[in-house]
Amino acid sequence: MTEFFGYKRPDGSIGVRNHLLVIAPIDCSFEPAKKIASQVDGAVAITQHHGCGNDPVLVHNLVGTGLNPNVAAVLVVGLGCETLTSKIIAEAIQKSGKPVETLVIQEEGGTLKTQKKGIKILKKWKKEIAEYKPEPFPICKLILAVECGGSDATSGIAANPAVGVACDRLIDEGGTVIFSEPQEMIGTQHILARRAINELVAEDIYTMIENDEARLKAIGVDSRWMSKGNIDGGLTTIEEKSLGAIRKGGTRQIQGVLWNDWERFDKPTRPGLWLQDGTGWDVPSVSHMVAAGAQVVVFTTGQGSTTGHAIAPVIKVTGNPHTYASMRDNMDINASTILNGGDSIFDVGDRTFNTIIKTSSGSKTKAETLGYQDYIVFLRSRAAEHLLGHC
Amino acid sequence: MNIKAIQIDDRDNVATLTNNSKKGDIVQVLNPSGVVFLELQLIEPIPYGHKISIKNLKVGDEIIKYGETIGIVNKNILKGSWIHTHNVGSARMPTSGKEEGIL
Repeated sequence: MTEFFGYKRPDGSIGVRNHLLVIAPIDCSFEPAKKIASQVDGAVAITQHHGCGNDPVLVHNLVGTGLNPNVAAVLVVGLGCETLTSKIIAEAIQKSGKPVETLVIQEEGGTLKTQKKGIKILKKWKKEIAEYKPEPFPICKLILAVECGGSDATSGIAANPAVGVACDRLIDEGGTVIFSEPQEMIGTQHILARRAINELVAEDIYTMIENDEARLKAIGVDSRWMSKGNIDGGLTTIEEKSLGAIRKGGTRQIQGVLWNDWERFDKPTRPGLWLQDGTGWDVPSVSHMVAAGAQVVVFTTGQGSTTGHAIAPVIKVTGNPHTYASMRDNMDINASTILNGGDSIFDVGDRTFNTIIKTSSGSKTKAETLGYQDYIVFLRSRAAEHLLGHC
Repeated sequence: MNIKAIQIDDRDNVATLTNNSKKGDIVQVLNPSGVVFLELQLIEPIPYGHKISIKNLKVGDEIIKYGETIGIVNKNILKGSWIHTHNVGSARMPTSGKEEGIL
């Protein structure tokens, strides 16, 4: 079995990076959190921008990111008067056994004192994690997230099918793959449901995709609709468009839907292919899959997306030769060689698989080298979900 | 000019062009392993990113891409023809009418 070099955490999960994470549960404490993280190499700060209410979706996603094995230790920096307290976040992450500390600005006596203390904590951890040595692990310990953004006519015929080949191989060797963006599955629910491991999973797939159709309908968007750009670009039906999108997850059986709502935040419970109830918006879509445990991300793009992630390496694959040539700083894999017959879909799939293993063993992606630290939690309108009968 | 078209799954009856083309051009169709298995002379121009029929198809036939049905033929199609909204409709969500407004 193929192996990668990672870091074993106290809960048995394997990280492919050794980040120190500073979590600001609310944006009121994000500035000092960023200042603290900026002083220590490998440290990164995240927050959410949906107020200080104790919303389960926010808690699940912030906690999930802290629990991700790419994070070696977590410092939670709060303001003090928020309902979504540092304690809530810290206690949930502490259960994994990784080091967790909290600082509350109103208790520490202001920003400067908090920052000084925070930097001291991170520097101490930095010395400790410098001792961690990566060890070999089988790829059944790997969870890959796949995403697409800035798609064009090459996405559905080059980058997505090639990444799909890599996903199939990862799953065949015992690994796990997650993909999301249910809005981009509309019109293919019957095809995805056919690939479900059982009837219950098939029902979940229909529910997840039809919920997104209902959300579109509620704001007056007909899900049959394709843009003029889609049709000009050569897409004939919504099935064709969605099949091109879901191809990036490969062709294997679907183990289940990972719900991400007020009641549930699911993580893969066995290897194989999983769908996440997420959003079509790239950065939060990736953030939610990483919160569900993905250590590494493959992102296909045609026009040239540049995003990365705070704690997970994001590998960019483009099937567009012009994008690869003009955006070499951003693109990790050139899938455009498929277009002229220079490479087959399987050749680029193998190349992608090898890059996943290399990246999971420490090799930096272009987005990491550029210092991208994207992180967004997406929150649906709870009022709208009630009106639609989804919760 | 050397025009290529890609068949993504070996069950597909269409392939996608990776260059712009004009009537009379020869299109080399690559199978999923990247091997040219068919050459077709174009009876009409087909734009980059659009599909070519690699079989004769009649009304009611399914259009297969990614090994799955992406639509149903609503006008008979000769091998080597351009496949798009003028001769294929969605099997699940009829787009006719919707498209007319935007094309």
